[in-house]
Amino acid sequence: MRFVTKIILAGLVMAPVAAFAQTAPAISTTRLAPKHEEFAFEGPFGTYDRGALQRGFQVYKEVCSACHNLDHIAFHNMYEPGGPGFTEAQAKAIAAGYQIPADPNDKGETMDEKGVRLTRAGTLADHFPPPFPNEEAARANNSGALPPDLSMIVKARAGGPQYVYSIITGFSAKPPAGFKVTEGKYFNPYFEGWNISMPPPLVANAVTYSDGTKATIEQQAHDVTVFLSWASDPKMEERKRTGLGVLIFLVVLSGLLFLSYRKVWANMH
Amino acid sequence: MSGQSSYTPRSGLSKWIDQRLPLPRFINDTMMTFPTPRNLNIWYTFGGILTFCLGVQIITGIVLAMHYVANAGMAFNSVESIMRDVNYGWLVRFIHSTGASMFFLAVYLHMFRGLYYGSYKAPRELIWIIGVLIYLLMMATAFFGYVLPWGQMSFWGATVITSLFSSIDQIVPHLGTAITTWLWGDFAVGDATLNRFFSLHYLLPFIIAGVVGLHIWALHVPGNNNPLGIDVKSPQDTVPFHPYYTVKDAFYLCLYVLLFAVFVFYAPDFFGNPDNYEPANALVTPPDIVPEWYLLPFYAMLRAIPQKLIGVLVLGGAIVTLVFIPWLDTSRVRSCRFRPLMKQFFWAFAVDCLILGYCGSQGVDAVLFGVPLIWLARLGTLYYFGYFWVLMPVIGLIETPKPLPASIAQSVLGDSATAPAE
Ligand code: HEC
Ligand code: HEM
Repeated sequence: MRFVTKIILAGLVMAPVAAFAQTAPAISTTRLAPKHEEFAFEGPFGTYDRGALQRGFQVYKEVCSACHNLDHIAFHNMYEPGGPGFTEAQAKAIAAGYQIPADPNDKGETMDEKGVRLTRAGTLADHFPPPFPNEEAARANNSGALPPDLSMIVKARAGGPQYVYSIITGFSAKPPAGFKVTEGKYFNPYFEGWNISMPPPLVANAVTYSDGTKATIEQQAHDVTVFLSWASDPKMEERKRTGLGVLIFLVVLSGLLFLSYRKVWANMH
Repeated sequence: MSGQSSYTPRSGLSKWIDQRLPLPRFINDTMMTFPTPRNLNIWYTFGGILTFCLGVQIITGIVLAMHYVANAGMAFNSVESIMRDVNYGWLVRFIHSTGASMFFLAVYLHMFRGLYYGSYKAPRELIWIIGVLIYLLMMATAFFGYVLPWGQMSFWGATVITSLFSSIDQIVPHLGTAITTWLWGDFAVGDATLNRFFSLHYLLPFIIAGVVGLHIWALHVPGNNNPLGIDVKSPQDTVPFHPYYTVKDAFYLCLYVLLFAVFVFYAPDFFGNPDNYEPANALVTPPDIVPEWYLLPFYAMLRAIPQKLIGVLVLGGAIVTLVFIPWLDTSRVRSCRFRPLMKQFFWAFAVDCLILGYCGSQGVDAVLFGVPLIWLARLGTLYYFGYFWVLMPVIGLIETPKPLPASIAQSVLGDSATAPAE
């Protein structure tokens, strides 16, 4: 306990010192302000573009899901209102495409005779399974870094969708002279410290969109960001819609109350 | 309440009840016929708004507690599940989280109102002191509540604030550490801490409700102060609370709810910190640990002092000071309307609180126009204490107040007030 307190105290005292030491070299590696990408779901009446949500899901599934979890999303969310707008049958098919660790079978086994974990096909009630069985495995496969869960990422970062968009499209720039990219990391000026452990995830035409949209890097990045924004805030459309009704009601009520107030106080001044 | 009750039951039922339990009489005397100064302005509607806010927090809180799991391994996900799986759970949670900020916004306006109009002066000292107690309880409740979602800011906020007690080690070796361990229920912030904070977060609002009862009870002895700061002298100076103030309070409350709704539905995370959507992790310290906006001025004072124990004492002193205000203010008149000098220092004090809040929101080594913010925070802290402990007593003695109006009625109605009542 004393130890923990000391660490915290040391942290509080050292933070300015450390910050100073970092900013001392000629180049500041503070992250750049995110790019100004615009999204249709912003603003008080914005909604998610269904096409972008479905394409973005494809990008997540075919690219990001190799490393990143989508913990908070269940397969039934895929056909719920305000989401990507798949049909229930499509959502079932998506679920069935994933293998989930099975419950013990009727002999009480969870492994087959070769020691491999028994699995079953996913159902609507399941959540997206993680790509790695545990944090250690995820780190071992990503040179020690942990790919964060993407189902909260848009809410968990200052800059939200613009930040996520900038991170995944921010690899192209050459590092400035004098900045050395750390061994095994990649240069990305939109990431704090400029060294990110994620390799550039997007390649043009790495996915083939069934609706004929050209799969440029920017297009894929935009689409997957829309999908991840929905994953962070699946009730956004319901929230804005309810809000409009509530505000109209309150404005009318305020008007009525104001008239009553005027009437009651009419000859009091 | 003091004085004869004018209540006459209007139905057989209310008469029957009144003879056995004088509740109808009590409601009538305190909420209907209660004589209220006729000149209360918009700043006097915040008491009613605060009562509303407390009710909203209690109701939404009880619903949240039906789905929340106070366990370090499950709390974060249980909150996410409220947001995603519980019917209208997102609405309940956003009302509760935004509601805390709306509650503090109202209490600050309510307190500044009291400072400006001198509502803490005799005979209303106890109303004010009970108010300070409510404010203290509110801060504790909000702090415990912020820990519950068990995100990064929850965890590190809890760690930083509870470790403040370990500074007592500098006076009595090991005592501070022992207190911190006792508060944590463990050797670090963890499951035991989360559980007790949940228990206390559920308990305190009901205590606040009880203390608000005392606050209003005490208010109903002398009755409201008013923007002129002069006493009620004749029935002409007052109007019955209902319908005059019920309708006025309802109108302003509705506007407040409108503002509240804009945040809940269109900017629900405005007052939040993105880091709190990251699950608590004892191994990763966020780059900047910032409390919620309503605690920022105090946080700035804490950090402005290089010596931790003194910093903690200053922080506590800033709040305890409020208790002494009724005796620090030596002025003969209550309202700053008639205090040309104090009025200016009052507004400077309001700006000072905003500056302190800004300092608290920035990183420890932040610089503004080449001035390290820590120096700005030190000046701000100095003015905060100087305002109460030096300016209040001194200005009250040297200032010549402007002439007071003869009565509330005369000030509102002009000379027609001398005519018989309408
Ligand atoms: C090869 C594995 C891999 C793939 C594929 C991958 N990522 Fe990552 N990602 C990582 C790792 C590792 C990190 C952690 C980086 C760090 O902390 O330095 C990361 C971090 C991130 C971050 C968080 C940056 C931060 O602020 O912490 C975002 C956002 C992200 N990835 C988005 C994506 C998206 C979107 C895709 C799909 C288009 C994707 N990633 C594909 C490995 C991957
Ligand atoms: C939960 C929090 C609170 C509630 C529900 C509450 C409620 C009320 C109500 C209903 C009134 C009467 C109407 C009015 O004048 O606005 C009132 C008056 C008052 N309150 Fe509060 N209050 C709270 C917190 C505080 C705090 C924190 C303070 C100051 C530290 C305070 C100081 C006062 C004073 C001085 C009065 C008398 C005002 C006057 O008549 O001019 N209150 N309160």
